[in-house]
Amino acid sequence: MSLRTARVTDAQVQRAVGNLLRGGVLLAAAVVLLGGVLYLARHGVERPDYHVFHGEPLDLRGLKGTLADVAALRGRGIMQLGLLLLIATPVARVALTAVAFFFERDRTYVLVALLVLALLCKSLVG
Amino acid sequence: MNTLVFSAIVCAASFCAGFLGSLTGLGGGFIVTPVLTLVFGADIRYAIGASIIAIIATSSGAAAAYVKEGFTNLRAGVLLEIATVIGAMVGASLTTVLPTHVIAVVFGLVLLQSAYLITRPRVEKASADSPPNRLATRFKLDGSYPTREGEVAYRVRNLPGGFALMGLAGVLSGLLGLGSGAVKVLAMDQVMRMPFKVSTATSNFMIGVTAAASAGVYIRHGYVDPGLAMPVVLGVLGGSMVGARLLFATPAARLRLLFAVVVAGIALEMIYHGLAGSI
Repeated sequence: MSLRTARVTDAQVQRAVGNLLRGGVLLAAAVVLLGGVLYLARHGVERPDYHVFHGEPLDLRGLKGTLADVAALRGRGIMQLGLLLLIATPVARVALTAVAFFFERDRTYVLVALLVLALLCKSLVG
Repeated sequence: MNTLVFSAIVCAASFCAGFLGSLTGLGGGFIVTPVLTLVFGADIRYAIGASIIAIIATSSGAAAAYVKEGFTNLRAGVLLEIATVIGAMVGASLTTVLPTHVIAVVFGLVLLQSAYLITRPRVEKASADSPPNRLATRFKLDGSYPTREGEVAYRVRNLPGGFALMGLAGVLSGLLGLGSGAVKVLAMDQVMRMPFKVSTATSNFMIGVTAAASAGVYIRHGYVDPGLAMPVVLGVLGGSMVGARLLFATPAARLRLLFAVVVAGIALEMIYHGLAGSI
């Protein structure tokens, strides 16, 4: 590809976005499955209790606590990490579209994508 | 029932939800929450938390397929995400303060509306012949998509109207843990006059981002239980992958009607339990 035509095409962006989404979902699902196997092997015979809302323990409400649970090889922590990876997938997709629009030299849409990204970060961090 | 059996049954039910959600373009979540609350007796907040995560999985999986085939209008998607993400943050914050039976009633009403939309015949309003729209041109929203007869161009109109309806879609998504695919498609194919296939593909593309905004709020409030979300996510994802293979084999009118009746039934059940205060 010569420098003159080195600009990113829509088709390339579509392929990259598609691959990112598929890769993110598959990775997340694999982590959830791994954690699920551990969790069910250890707690499979217990009775599930979702009738009354207690809210999750604090460690499962944020990234730091979840990672600590993963380090301790707790099934619930590994599953939660998978769920966080799943949430991160569309966020990464927005970041990728911002980069793609940058290479397409579409300033308006770089700003639009960055605005969406900023809003997402605000909702995730609080 | 122990956790192993519970997880297996929830996973199977979620598989069906994901299959139907992907086939109808409505997203899998609109069956997950009623099934978890009405059948398995889960608190609606846990159900919504599991459902929103499952929605991210299905929509991202489906979006990956659509976007590679060139149906998705990336620019329209990203632009309208401003509205859905803001809406979702507002909606999810409302969920944390509203009583659960109110959420159940609103959920039922939205499901009723979805049931109606399923039966409505699809009138393709898109066309390349309409005059160019100033805002759509400014934001480069006009596009083309592949059909059997080759690439077909279309023009987009009424961006403000679509944007406003997308904001509402975001609020409902955040409030109820839904993908709000039906409202998103409505905003694009009826208001903005985008082709139905493009609207469906772009809706799927946007749902993941909308749901991620809600999911952040839910996780921080402890609504997302990994033990419950695990079978739901894996089941819905599996079902939607199978459904995506039958992508544009649109269900026959009779099948759609049957589906609408089932959804309406679930909707009335949710409203009843909400009004009775038993959710």
